[in-house]
Amino acid sequence: MNPSNGKGSMSTASSSAAWKAGDVVPDQFPAGLRVLVVDDDPTCLVILEKMLRACLYEVTKCNRAEIALSLLRENKNGFDIVISDVHMPDMDGFKLLEHIGLEMDLPVIMMSADDGKNVVMKGVTHGACDYLIKPVRIEALRNIWQHVVRKRKNEWRELEQSGSVEEGDRQQKPCDDLDYSSSANEGNWKSSKKRKDEEEETEERDDSSTLKKPRVVWSVELHQQFVAAVNQLGIDKAVPKKILELMNVPGLTRENVASHLQKYRLYLRRLSGVSQHHSSLNNSFMSPEATFGPMSSLNGLDLQTLAVTGQLPAQSLANLQAAGLGRSAAKSGIPMPLIDQRNLFSFENPKSRFGEGQQQHLSSSKPMNLLHGIPTTMEPKQLASLHQSAQSLGNMNVQVNSHGAQSSSLLMQMAKTQSRGNILNESAGSHLPTLPSSIGQPIISNGIAGGVIGRNEIGDNGRGTGYNQVAQTSSMLSFPMNHTTELAGNNFPIGSTPGISNVTSKGAFHEEVNSEIKSSAGFVPSYDIFNDLHPQKSQDWELQNVGLHFNASQNANPVQGNLDVSSSVLVHQGYSSRQQGSGQNRNISAMGRTMFSGLEATGQGNEQIMDQLLNNLIVDTPVRVKYERFSDTSSQNALFADPFGQEDLMSALLKQQQGNTGPAEPDFDFDGYSIDNIPV
Amino acid sequence: MDKNHLQRQLEMKRSLLDQGYLDEQFIQLEELEDGDNPNFVEETVTTFYANSARLLQNIEQALGSRPIDFTALDNCMHQFKSSSTSIGATRVKKECTLFMEYCEAANAEGCIRTFRQVKQEHASLKTKLENYFKLARQGGTSAGGHAGRS
Repeated sequence: MNPSNGKGSMSTASSSAAWKAGDVVPDQFPAGLRVLVVDDDPTCLVILEKMLRACLYEVTKCNRAEIALSLLRENKNGFDIVISDVHMPDMDGFKLLEHIGLEMDLPVIMMSADDGKNVVMKGVTHGACDYLIKPVRIEALRNIWQHVVRKRKNEWRELEQSGSVEEGDRQQKPCDDLDYSSSANEGNWKSSKKRKDEEEETEERDDSSTLKKPRVVWSVELHQQFVAAVNQLGIDKAVPKKILELMNVPGLTRENVASHLQKYRLYLRRLSGVSQHHSSLNNSFMSPEATFGPMSSLNGLDLQTLAVTGQLPAQSLANLQAAGLGRSAAKSGIPMPLIDQRNLFSFENPKSRFGEGQQQHLSSSKPMNLLHGIPTTMEPKQLASLHQSAQSLGNMNVQVNSHGAQSSSLLMQMAKTQSRGNILNESAGSHLPTLPSSIGQPIISNGIAGGVIGRNEIGDNGRGTGYNQVAQTSSMLSFPMNHTTELAGNNFPIGSTPGISNVTSKGAFHEEVNSEIKSSAGFVPSYDIFNDLHPQKSQDWELQNVGLHFNASQNANPVQGNLDVSSSVLVHQGYSSRQQGSGQNRNISAMGRTMFSGLEATGQGNEQIMDQLLNNLIVDTPVRVKYERFSDTSSQNALFADPFGQEDLMSALLKQQQGNTGPAEPDFDFDGYSIDNIPV
Repeated sequence: MDKNHLQRQLEMKRSLLDQGYLDEQFIQLEELEDGDNPNFVEETVTTFYANSARLLQNIEQALGSRPIDFTALDNCMHQFKSSSTSIGATRVKKECTLFMEYCEAANAEGCIRTFRQVKQEHASLKTKLENYFKLARQGGTSAGGHAGRS
């Protein structure tokens, strides 16, 4: 990236922007850093403004979170960093943090007179890049620029890696994971193929790693193709080589795809983690009805907890439970975490805190329940169990109904080939959680949600939960911004609805699911799996993600766009997990999560996606038993690399910096990303 | 510049610091003052008192409701405390902390009693600061000691 894209010498406003473009910062940096400070207390506000001015920063003060958000939205690239108070009357600081992370992917510093460990931890998990205790001293403010630089550096690093020699190393993990998961798949014809692919990839990597590939801009279309390919292959089995083949895009290399896949997975992971924090975000972010509690692995999800935390609307919980009950029938006693919509987007800035929060059992506090209440064509027994679980949930009711009609259409598409289209109908009619209208929007939000959810699931494992939330937060934040980083293997769009329906109707989940899955879009590997299995790995890539998502934020990515993408992503991914016995659960839950998260984030009621999710979830239920096992195979979940948007984001960033005033392509403004585009 | 005034101003400040009315934060604010904004500290304190009156009202109301919502009360006080801390009002801050402890313990009596202390400290500091700024103005300097444009 050429830092001096001609902007360095421009007006003050752009002077700070100039350095963003590249690794080099202008001489006067950090002077001119554009800070937005939000605090409802006028005294604190003027003091902070004075201090920041003394640091030679450009300060904009704001006493209301809503105003701050609109300021940020209006000037997509107008600010470098945000400092916000935690306690504000109109909006909780953490919720604002989530929003910013999701929509703008800017580094956010939280402040409070409260220095209690819990509050600080909350800052970490929500993705704040720093936490200052009031009264804030000017010394503390002098170095805030480091957060901006760090974020950008990570972003750059991500781009570099995607096209460079190091790519092999980083991508190796996901590939390896894929292998593991495939090998764990039972009766999955793809596993052997995957292994072969893995070998081939390794060889390819050696050959191509030495070549410097030109940056690939992951446009909306390209990404759609990518997701479609992934869904088709099955998220667990989606290896770069095969994805590349499916996409059939001239000039695209396996490395490009591998890197993008890494990000995508991370994004998904983050989505699952975000759902936990979604509660706060929910209100402002999307219609309350959109609480979509994707059903990630129904195993061990603490639906109750989630319900209690109030994050997941009663309806969602009910639905999730219902859906998840099918599984619980097979495996009783496994609480299904509800993925609170709000959680979906509780994007924590992974940044420096990322490592800490990752392994924490974030989900433990707010387990995500995947769509339990999604009615499907489950066997009577299953249904019964579903109902039971729904009841146990209490008043949760996923407002799926409203979207049922719409989603059923989508589901129908998916389930076309399947004989069991009932699920679609049922799910559509009943507990489909209210999908945010913007579901069709950026994948990021969905992915993140999915990712978040997935992570939360892991709650039981205790491992990834923390991570999910953190990662998700970060990914969520960054993702909307077109930062591809966080696509941590979250559940991507539910593609395999059809598969789900089939599975549910049958009893033999595995085989059927596998076969069904194949036909459907790829499942998103349930991130929960990887959380459990590979905490280390998740950490690795999470950290990667962390950097990623923050960097990308600079590009103006309309939130809308992001949301759409995410919804579509969700749709696709749901099914990838189904393929494997163990993976299935994962996927479904991941899917559910992604879907929910995406749906919620976007605020659009994408019924179709919901349906798919539901289907996925429902299908997942029966395979719940298998889920348990998937800890072995969920390795790939852990690998979710940075959000797939990284490269795109960076490209976009670069472009913009280079004078492109046009919308950055990579920005995940997947406005046009509709489920219809997903090849089933 | 009136030496007497400046000296008296400094002595007053010293005394306020020693007695715990003000702390390091206040000094920080004074250091922030510069030529562009010579009355920054006084303006900030004025803003504080204008806003804190409203916050105290909120607390008063919360205390008056039955049953007392201690969570809301705690939130209100947290805001007030945060504001007071920002100008370095140490004694006020201490009373606020005590108040919040009573809140945590859901001790209404303790809260009411402590709140009176809070208001007292708040008012007493206001008077002292008013004198301080007056002295600064008379001395031809701003609170922070800058040659003022008063």
